[in-house]
Amino acid sequence: MSNISRRKLITTGLAVTAGASGVAAAAGLARRYGLIPPDGGGIYGAGETLTYAAQRILGRHALAREFDRSQISKTPFANGKPSKDVSRLEPTGFVDWRLAVDGMVERPASLSIADLKSYPSRSQITHLACEEGWSYIAEWTGVPLSHVLDTVGIRPQAKYVVYFSMQKGWWDSIDMDDALHPQTLVAYGLNGGALPVGNGGPLRMRVPRQLGYKNVKYITRMTVTDNLKQFGKGLGAAAPEAGYSWYAGI
Amino acid sequence: MGDSTWVASSISSLPVRTVPPRHSALVRLTHWITALCFLALLVSGVEILISHPRFYWGEAGNVLTPPLFIIPIPASRAIVPTGYGYVLPDQNGWSRYLHFQAAWLLVFTGLLYGIYGLMTGHFGKNLFPRDLSWSDIASHLRFKRPSEAEAWSYNSVQRLTYLFVIFVLFPLIIWTGLAMSPLFASIFPGAVAVLGGQQSARTIHFFVTVLLVGFLLIHVVMICLAGFRSRMRAMITGRAGTTSEEL
Repeated sequence: MSNISRRKLITTGLAVTAGASGVAAAAGLARRYGLIPPDGGGIYGAGETLTYAAQRILGRHALAREFDRSQISKTPFANGKPSKDVSRLEPTGFVDWRLAVDGMVERPASLSIADLKSYPSRSQITHLACEEGWSYIAEWTGVPLSHVLDTVGIRPQAKYVVYFSMQKGWWDSIDMDDALHPQTLVAYGLNGGALPVGNGGPLRMRVPRQLGYKNVKYITRMTVTDNLKQFGKGLGAAAPEAGYSWYAGI
Repeated sequence: MGDSTWVASSISSLPVRTVPPRHSALVRLTHWITALCFLALLVSGVEILISHPRFYWGEAGNVLTPPLFIIPIPASRAIVPTGYGYVLPDQNGWSRYLHFQAAWLLVFTGLLYGIYGLMTGHFGKNLFPRDLSWSDIASHLRFKRPSEAEAWSYNSVQRLTYLFVIFVLFPLIIWTGLAMSPLFASIFPGAVAVLGGQQSARTIHFFVTVLLVGFLLIHVVMICLAGFRSRMRAMITGRAGTTSEEL
């Protein structure tokens, strides 16, 4: 063995050791600061954790782009058909619709659409992009989720908000950065009117910093929690159970 | 120690050992990781594409919007009017997981290669054209069988192509990929606006992919023409030259 290759061997050994301890230290820090997503295990865990951690570090408070009224899409595309449970209620004007808010909160509540409309509202013209590749721009109106959470009083250990659709099997969750973000809405209005059933009416989560599938339609319940393991298969949403990533800021 | 030094230097003075590798160990390693990542990104990217084989220009676009162009293939989602009577199975879940994992690995590999290239003068020495003239380029474009010298160094056309792929196409594919991310667009809205919007970014991402696949095909064909075994050996073991000198 020549001197050169011995030196190379030592350098490579040191580089590999430094790299491995760097990765271990980064993983430790990521765990401490809550930067590992609930689907951060498994063969794609490294990529998911890098995406989630990088986006949280660089853009924890970044605001989704808001557009000019002239950029609103002519027809807001309604993806999929609502289940019979929802369309059956449409003639009633959804007067009996309730959004239950429970979990790690001081004052669990059951809110009607009228209750939500009595809260301060926010309207924003944002882009909704589906993971498939299509998108549309629309004006969304609703109550900021942070206001709903203030009203019920979340406990300090709260880490996630889990939300459930009336459509069976549809549920998802977001971290507190997205839950308390000023543009995250419990939306009930679209382009100046009531939110059409095809677009998620009467109530839809609107998380403009994430892809379409996090914006669950027909929400009837939300639960504040510090642990996603107790929901479904413990991956934080129905999406990862169907093979899709929990975090969809990409 | 004196003994071993003497033995080591006498071995390293043998002719076969003094030949420097055609490609350094780091270039070989990053080349193959890049090749693996590109394959994963291409397969998963095609799977994601077939869920909506329509392209738009601007910020927003969907099946109710006139497309810039359509790829006439069946889709994996029923909402896309393709004219085919069937819908392909949905593969987007694992495709997206794999796409982003491979993209991260590719970015780290690219950074490692870029830092190495700047520190060692690799770009100036091996990739920037030395004496560039139109007649030189024209002669290389006639697809003559590569000379013996080209087993050791790249000609001007090769150098310009590699520079374009490394410094234009790869940065552009990463940039347009990131520009489709809602949170990236929130952090760096200007990086999306200069591309013309998020749907424009998706369309450019597609065209850059076409160019990269074109590069890959020509790259592989040229390697076969130049001598598949010797070129593969140069990129795997580092040893170059004609096959005759090998056992």
